[in-house]
Amino acid sequence: MVAKLKDVLGHLGGAVTARIWRLGFASRFFGYMLLHSGTALRRFGLTIREIYFAGVLSLIIILVSGLFVGMVLALQGYETLQRYGSSEALGILVALSLVRELGPVVAGLLFASRAGSAITAEIGLMKATEQIAAMEMMAVDPIARVVAPRFWAGVISMPLLAVLFSAMGIFGGYLVGVQLIGVDEGAFWSQMQAAVDVREDILNGVIKSVVFGVAVTWIAVFEGYDAQPTAEGVSSATTRTVVTSSLAILALDFVLTALMFTGGNAR
Amino acid sequence: MNRAAIDIWVGLFVAAAFAGLLFLAMKVGNLASFSTAQTYQVQAKFANIGGLKVRAPIKSAGVVVGRVADVRFDNESYEAIVTFNLDSRFQFPRDTAAKVLTSGLLGEQYVGLEAGGDGVMLKGGDRLRLTQSAVVLENLISQFLFNKAAEDKDAKETK
Amino acid sequence: MAGPSIVEIEGVSFGYEAARPVLHGVNMRIPRGKVVGIMGQSGCGKTTLLRIIGGSRRPGSGSARVLGTPVNELDGAELYALRRKMGMLFQFGALFTDMTVYENVAFPMREHTDLPPDMVHDLVLMKLEAVGLRGASRLMPSELSGGMARRVALARAIALDPQLIMYDEPFTALDPISLGAVARLIRLLNDSLGATSIVVTHDVAETLPFVDYVYFMADGRVVAEGPPDEVVSASEPFVGQFVNGRLDGPVPFHFPAPGYGADLGLAGTA
Repeated sequence: MVAKLKDVLGHLGGAVTARIWRLGFASRFFGYMLLHSGTALRRFGLTIREIYFAGVLSLIIILVSGLFVGMVLALQGYETLQRYGSSEALGILVALSLVRELGPVVAGLLFASRAGSAITAEIGLMKATEQIAAMEMMAVDPIARVVAPRFWAGVISMPLLAVLFSAMGIFGGYLVGVQLIGVDEGAFWSQMQAAVDVREDILNGVIKSVVFGVAVTWIAVFEGYDAQPTAEGVSSATTRTVVTSSLAILALDFVLTALMFTGGNAR
Repeated sequence: MNRAAIDIWVGLFVAAAFAGLLFLAMKVGNLASFSTAQTYQVQAKFANIGGLKVRAPIKSAGVVVGRVADVRFDNESYEAIVTFNLDSRFQFPRDTAAKVLTSGLLGEQYVGLEAGGDGVMLKGGDRLRLTQSAVVLENLISQFLFNKAAEDKDAKETK
Repeated sequence: MAGPSIVEIEGVSFGYEAARPVLHGVNMRIPRGKVVGIMGQSGCGKTTLLRIIGGSRRPGSGSARVLGTPVNELDGAELYALRRKMGMLFQFGALFTDMTVYENVAFPMREHTDLPPDMVHDLVLMKLEAVGLRGASRLMPSELSGGMARRVALARAIALDPQLIMYDEPFTALDPISLGAVARLIRLLNDSLGATSIVVTHDVAETLPFVDYVYFMADGRVVAEGPPDEVVSASEPFVGQFVNGRLDGPVPFHFPAPGYGADLGLAGTA
């Protein structure tokens, strides 16, 4: 009985230590990649290519999702607001929800599933087919040549995608709120403009999406680079990327929101 | 995908994102109106500011003329010291009154300025003398109940 | 053997995990200009040896010298400088799948030299011509057959005219025609470049005809060495079993197991 308990605790402890060890390894990897980002920034064509694959190819899903999220926000928001006679605040509701929260977070989650998993799979497959080893034998640092451009591409693409998501969402909210439901167009936009602050809301939203971009892309490149060089290894690495990135986004969102949006009054 | 095509698409992507950001800043946010205007600071003391927050609007005749910059507590007079950033375009007389008002019935609170008649205008660093504190809902209700109780008592006595 | 050595391996021992050593005190000399074969079963440590020579792994003990420099003591920029003089052909080619054949062969040139594009163009086509694939320069690796991919990888390995070329199981999964082509190319390129080649393989029939010297390895040790005809005719039992493909010999057919009768549960057997 005691032996079994010991066993379970041992396994738990082992799992925790293994995770902490892996986090340390990932941090060293991150530091190394930052130090060796010279190639990615000097030969910017490499990074631009990766921005195409990570950012441009994610545009469709981001724009369409943004549109639908905005439309649903307007629908749901109107239902509740009109009960208190505040249906003119619909613009504020849609804009603030998107710019502060939904834009960075949902765009981040979509980016993690689409681009993050693609990056992990790509790097993992390169490792499995010995392309990484071949590059090393040809005296080219694979982290500088393959990993760093993808990382910077992700960090650059993420805020751009979040902004487009928010913009599309507000447009969707306008379509449903003003055109479909009939909220006053002037009130919709003017109330929104009065309530949304460029520094507090929009800038903070952009900062959030940059932080998410760093987190998601770091996880994606690390899981790819550290994957087992087999088919199952790459597939489980891809899954891990999506799961870990999503959790990281939500956790970071909480921390950042607490820092940014309640700091003023918590004094 | 050849190099030229990729570059074009990435360029379009970045341009679209900047357009989106511009749209957000101008059409959605308040970049067009306030943030870059010149301001001067004045202070006012209130017995109770209620729910007044930093960045709350300061309105006169219903038009936004400034924003609340800072809220502090004076440990000697036990009052709140509020600092206003007023738009330099607007000058107010020294005897202007500042009241903490609520937008709508239960909405957020803002500062309303009622201009006085003094010939001398406020300048940066001045203190507004006339202030009216926020209406605190609990006090209002207890006042109402107290009045109601007094009415009933009078009604009973005159019977 | 006479002649200066390009590679000298002395007393190298290595294990991926401390408990399971893969190499035990291996000694080898690879003289300049020769094609040397390293043969043995899967798991005998020959690929690991290649990795140690290339500097991807550090031996637990002993030293590995390439072109006079101890590889196991180099790191970072020095190791990369040494690797530019080496070329390696990986087991299935390891071509970069997102680039064309042309770009694959041009890769080492573009990364390590400042040659103008037209010079790179001429050099790439020359290398491809040497392996017979100049016409395939616009194809993607996914459009190539196994043999063709292997030959493109070979062109890439010699892109910078290396002094040492290493081949990791170059004949795996090739049809007879491609096998012959690769074998002939290994010898041809070695001689025309004046380079030194190490071929790690277990393909006896194709390799023995063209190598100058051969090392046989078993269980992480060198069990026989010498010019092909000498080694094959010598009396080393492992070589005999390996070269002739005999069922039983120093490498047993049966994996260690308890008694057959006992396993089947027959009465009267232990």
